[in-house]
Amino acid sequence: MARFPAALAERAASLLVLLVVWEATARIAHSRLFPGVGAVLTTLADEALHGELLHDLGATLARVAVAFTLAMTVGTAVGIVMARSRAIDTLLDSGVVLLLNLPALVIAVLLYIWLGLTEAAAIGAVTLSKLPAVIVTLREGARTLDRDLADMARSFHFGHWRTFRHVTLPQLSPFFLVASRTGLSLIWKIVLVVELLGRPDGIGYAIQVFFQLFDVRRLIAYALAFVAVVLAVEWGVLQPLERRLARWRR
Amino acid sequence: MAPVTIGVSIDIGEKTYPGRAGVRAVTALRNLQARIDPSEFCVITGPSGCGKTTLLNIVAGLDRDFAGTLGFAPPDRGAPCIGYVFQTPRLLPWRTVRENVELVRPRRADRMELEGLLSDVGVADMADAYPAQLSGGMARRAALARAFAIAPDLLLMDEPFLSLDAAAADRLRSLLLRLVSSRPATVLFVTHDLAEAVELADRILVLSPAPGRVVAEMPIDLPRKERRDPVMLSALRTELARLADHPIEPPENNENSILTA
Repeated sequence: MARFPAALAERAASLLVLLVVWEATARIAHSRLFPGVGAVLTTLADEALHGELLHDLGATLARVAVAFTLAMTVGTAVGIVMARSRAIDTLLDSGVVLLLNLPALVIAVLLYIWLGLTEAAAIGAVTLSKLPAVIVTLREGARTLDRDLADMARSFHFGHWRTFRHVTLPQLSPFFLVASRTGLSLIWKIVLVVELLGRPDGIGYAIQVFFQLFDVRRLIAYALAFVAVVLAVEWGVLQPLERRLARWRR
Repeated sequence: MAPVTIGVSIDIGEKTYPGRAGVRAVTALRNLQARIDPSEFCVITGPSGCGKTTLLNIVAGLDRDFAGTLGFAPPDRGAPCIGYVFQTPRLLPWRTVRENVELVRPRRADRMELEGLLSDVGVADMADAYPAQLSGGMARRAALARAFAIAPDLLLMDEPFLSLDAAAADRLRSLLLRLVSSRPATVLFVTHDLAEAVELADRILVLSPAPGRVVAEMPIDLPRKERRDPVMLSALRTELARLADHPIEPPENNENSILTA
């Protein structure tokens, strides 16, 4: 905690270097296709106040939230079941491996063809791209569950719910956290592609429009807003959660 | 809390661990009969791998895959309330000491009673610590508190003071005797340390090497003060060896050591 201000200063310094390099390059290039810091930030504020930025950002975040929740819950359940039952594991394993290696682009295109250019297809594609990784991680976690603690819970008559909440879930939490981490970084990238292919709003859609207009100022402004949200989730949600879950470790 | 504790009658025809790939089947117990009276402190001892832990797991109801019967008396009491102290403390590392003990109790149990138990066992100061912060002795105290927290009729203890230094083990044995006298329970205590067995037991049962069965039985009715006399201990040791020394089966080797796991 004592090092926190120092870390903050370092972070600020490296950010400053980045901005200086950017601005300098923009001045040298002196082109509409490489806007400077000031131009982008003005555009960012303008788009947030009068443009579609907040609407698009909201649409993208909503898709991320739904797909993330779906993939984590379904993936956790399937992963645990596969770890528990050899038969189900054998039955589903090929499907998981296939899905794991299928490019997200293929999944998105196929779902848009089968379901039309709908919200369900978009969210389905994002969910399916992330699902297999969650299954594999949680299956690994559920396979390492401690038999001794399970026996302890049984001999003290914990029952299903107490065993799940106090014995099983805490053992799975590191795996759950890894799955959320890697999963979220994957989803951030895929969701833009899916929107670009077949949605009438969202950051991905906006990027495509700006691409066609060669409007680099807005393109970078939208991307920056998106990155800011991703970092806010990482620092504001995931890292505190990780610290909380690890507080019993010495 | 019921003032009357329960008795146990054990009659195991055979308990065999099935073989798997690379591991051949092992018979842990055969023809094991024993009867433990209500409120008796019964210590089971025997060589490593003779199936002591297996026996406790069967009595605890954790292992139902055996040929034989297990009875509790009086039979109309319903399922007995069993507190189990394992060879390792088996505390949940992500719960504090207090939470670990609280978890096994009924939901609406008395708060003061819990605090009283924690201080009786000597972990009150560490109640908000996580198990990783505890010393070995403290963790074992916490495990003891957890077993007593359910007001057990029957207490199963599997070498609970193993790997503690002599002084700490000594303190915990006195603590255990105090707890049992103030909160009566029938106790089935496994150890391979004869001195420990003599100090605690009302009666000692000796198991044979695997497959385990009872080969000797010895009531200990000495006053507690006299139980640590080295001359008496060595006489007892000789006597138990003589009792156990009926040539039953050829002694088997260490292949059964997985049973103690």
